[in-house]
Amino acid sequence: MFTFILRIIGIIILAPLAGGMLTGMDRVITARMQGRQGPPVLQPFYDVLKLLQKEPIEVNLMHRFYVYIALIFVIFTTVIMLTGGDILLAIFALTLGSIFFVLGGYASNSPYSLVGSERELLQMMAYEPMVLLTGIGLYYADNSFFIKDIVSAQAPAILSLPGIFLGLLFILTFKLRKSPFDLSMCHHGHQEIVQGITTEYSGRDLAVIEITHWYETVIALTLVFVFFATKAPVSYVFAVLACLLAYFLEIVIDNGFARVKWQLALDSSWIITGVLGTVNLIILSFFR
Amino acid sequence: MNFIKKSPWILHYDGSSCNGCDIEVLASLTPLYDVERFGIINTGNPKHADILLITGSVNEQNIPVVKQLYEQMAEPKAVVAVGICATSGGIFAECYNVVGGVDKVLSVDVYVPGCAARPEAVIDGVVKALGILEQKQKRMRKRKYR
Repeated sequence: MFTFILRIIGIIILAPLAGGMLTGMDRVITARMQGRQGPPVLQPFYDVLKLLQKEPIEVNLMHRFYVYIALIFVIFTTVIMLTGGDILLAIFALTLGSIFFVLGGYASNSPYSLVGSERELLQMMAYEPMVLLTGIGLYYADNSFFIKDIVSAQAPAILSLPGIFLGLLFILTFKLRKSPFDLSMCHHGHQEIVQGITTEYSGRDLAVIEITHWYETVIALTLVFVFFATKAPVSYVFAVLACLLAYFLEIVIDNGFARVKWQLALDSSWIITGVLGTVNLIILSFFR
Repeated sequence: MNFIKKSPWILHYDGSSCNGCDIEVLASLTPLYDVERFGIINTGNPKHADILLITGSVNEQNIPVVKQLYEQMAEPKAVVAVGICATSGGIFAECYNVVGGVDKVLSVDVYVPGCAARPEAVIDGVVKALGILEQKQKRMRKRKYR
């Protein structure tokens, strides 16, 4: 019991550190791709620590409440996923967290936030089916919704679920807020509507949003990890490499594409989800 | 530890300039100068910004705009006037609608002269503003704990 609590505390502390480091490396790699030197790797941490020291501005009482609730749900999801819990519970808790974040955008009554919230809802509509299909597919392959069972299977899930994995890679772009699908808010550019939900947040609340995003990065990469891990401990190395490769791929896509219109974002993700996800499931059902 | 020196986010507002200084400000984001080395980000949002960078003189029309942008920024904050128009009104000083430099409306912390101000000068001005931000943060903390 004691070690379990220690493990949870470890996850809560280490996950955002890993997410922040990944974000920092993302910024350096992005800069190098654009022929710039780029900020130090620890820059995201400097940003968050600076935001924590700034004067807090309160728009209204509920506004910041939603962001903190979203953080709690995202931490909850991270803990479930990294302790090998139920993937369905994790997905629903993550969705709930995102919903609270959207409510935070609506709470401010600022037109920019409202547009950001609506776009965020639209993005959720685009990626949520694929996230659910991932859970279903993993159950189909390994007969369990528990991550600890899935990662201790004989063969890696990717062998039976290549289509679902590609679909997941596609919607990771939404989850990581990367370029063709960063409609609601994005990390660079920082202009007008693109700041979306975060428009009215400043100081500590903005820092909380940033930390929430670090947790979400870890969650997204954990989903990739689950596809590669098996009973053999060596597979964990490959799984981590696959996560880093997936993240690098997202950075390349981020730098290579312009933002698309919402129609294309929604259509393409549903078509990809429909074709890759369901065809994979149908084929899998023949082999059972 | 003072982190404001490591990640100053900038809000750029164009008063009534000829766009010469604006181009130079944007030039400092390019690979040649790359201000992101210092953690500087050009935000479009006063609520996220630490430094208000104003180019061009202030006229009767944009006095409320400049004031509101400044008021929406969270403490600690600094104002940098870029270009000769922003410091004194420049060649537009005699115009019937021009009030003068930014300091007629806000308290300016750093003046960056030049027509147009070179990217090196703009970056130098912002780095000078970092020292002022640090002092302001110290003062803010003293006020908090008194």
